Amino acid sequence: MEDYRILNAGDGAVCVEFGQQIDDAVNARVNGLYQKLFSHPIAGVTESIPTFRSLLVCYDPLRIRYGKLIRLLEKYAADIPDVVEGERHVVEIPVCYEAEYAPDMGHVTAHTGLSAEEVIALHCGRDYRIHMLGFLPGFPYLGGMDERLATPRLKSPRTRIEAGSVGIGGSQTGIYPLSSPGGWQLIGRTPLKLYDPQRDKPVLYKAGDYIRFVQISKEQFLQMEKDMQRKEGV
Amino acid sequence: MGIRVLQPGALTTVQDAGRYGYQSMGFPVSGVMDRRSFRIANMLLGNDETEAVLEAAMLGPSLCFQEDCFFCITGADMQPKLDGVDIPLYTALLGKAGAVLELGLVREGARAYIAFAGGLDIPPVMGSCSTNLKCGIGGWQGRALRAGDEIPFRKPKKCLKNLYKRYEKIRECGERHVTLRAVPGPQENLFTEAGIHTFFSEEYTVTQEYDRMGCRLDGAQIESRGGVDIVSDGIVFGSVQIPASGRPIVMMADHQTTGGYAKIATVISTDLPKLAQRMPGDTVSFEAVSIEEAQRIARKEEAWMRRFRRATN
Repeated sequence: MEDYRILNAGDGAVCVEFGQQIDDAVNARVNGLYQKLFSHPIAGVTESIPTFRSLLVCYDPLRIRYGKLIRLLEKYAADIPDVVEGERHVVEIPVCYEAEYAPDMGHVTAHTGLSAEEVIALHCGRDYRIHMLGFLPGFPYLGGMDERLATPRLKSPRTRIEAGSVGIGGSQTGIYPLSSPGGWQLIGRTPLKLYDPQRDKPVLYKAGDYIRFVQISKEQFLQMEKDMQRKEGV
Repeated sequence: MGIRVLQPGALTTVQDAGRYGYQSMGFPVSGVMDRRSFRIANMLLGNDETEAVLEAAMLGPSLCFQEDCFFCITGADMQPKLDGVDIPLYTALLGKAGAVLELGLVREGARAYIAFAGGLDIPPVMGSCSTNLKCGIGGWQGRALRAGDEIPFRKPKKCLKNLYKRYEKIRECGERHVTLRAVPGPQENLFTEAGIHTFFSEEYTVTQEYDRMGCRLDGAQIESRGGVDIVSDGIVFGSVQIPASGRPIVMMADHQTTGGYAKIATVISTDLPKLAQRMPGDTVSFEAVSIEEAQRIARKEEAWMRRFRRATN
């Protein structure tokens, strides 16, 4: 039996829905189809948008007929390759967890009963799957944080969180690609520019990739920041 | 040299056909709200149809030409004047160096498009000149125009061939009520039969909460089966979300890429310009059409555009 439905989204898009809930297996199917549309493009498909549970496929009806698109998508959906562990695309994000960049480390240690060292070890200790990007440009919804790190959001959100901030919100962890208001518990910051509209790849990662946080010292943070500014100056 | 902004108007931004290819990373498409008026403005000048233009909402800007260039205004009627003299819409006209082009309060429609022959010299960001106000990218310094801005022309034209053909008697923004055709779905099954009937038969009023992201409507409440919250999925320009209030929100050019409200239907691309030209207080109703019918209408619209291009150039 098919595990997906193709829903109508107007005269220029269809939504391929693999489930109604947040679920790793469902999301793997979504990103499998998303990848397949990259490796085997369909002429007339302009772009596709993966979410937790569905893939929105946008197309130009003047270039491909609805009926033909549905037939091709059905063929693709019947043959979504499973991502083999070795093929994981892991993006390393250097993070400085030192006090200056971790204003809420105290909340997290108090709530979880872990030491700061343990929090950092757990946070760096595994790769996080990017289920989708949304909310802000380049904001990754990550799955799979260690449950021991779960900490409720701040009671009153900050009006400004610096770009590159790494935080915990409930049972999720994430990074802020640009400065924005937000209520996550901040435990570190990356010197990387996650989002740069002038770069070939404006965002460093895509849905389906994995993110690995790598601990760096404050000296390394400042050095990387300086190196990047120098590169931009050229 | 190009144009100097004397008064920016209520919200005047640089827009083109939109920023495609980055929605999977969370970037809205942006681009013009009324694609039809935008294309016609460029066609009347012999421009590429996707050339960046100024989009002015509700209250238009005043601009001073720093050098000679043909221009054309389409869409809403903001009572445009050139050096104090009324000028027609949908007509290629020459702005002489020093001339002041003044748009006022909207009289018909909601959004006017000002195109310049040869285009504006705006560096594209991620493949588009459209202003994305939320991210502060694209267009003129990533923001709406302000008094004192000087936007250069790229290849200003002070003569145009076949000038006598470069006008059109279209006036399509005057109606206060429009019918928007819409394809049911993707989540129409989350609404009761009565709810779907309400949506496609009642009249809805455009509220004050109408910006480039979305148009909130007021009217009869649409009944859902068991709530309207869904795990976020993708949104398109024209998606009709039904939040808990039961009143529709039509997602427009700056819509976010994903959203967590059920979508009862999607307004067809050909009818979006009609909604883009509505003001608060105007009314709309929705008519259900199939995808096949919607695409037949889109092909017909495209054929009309092709004929128009041939006839004017």
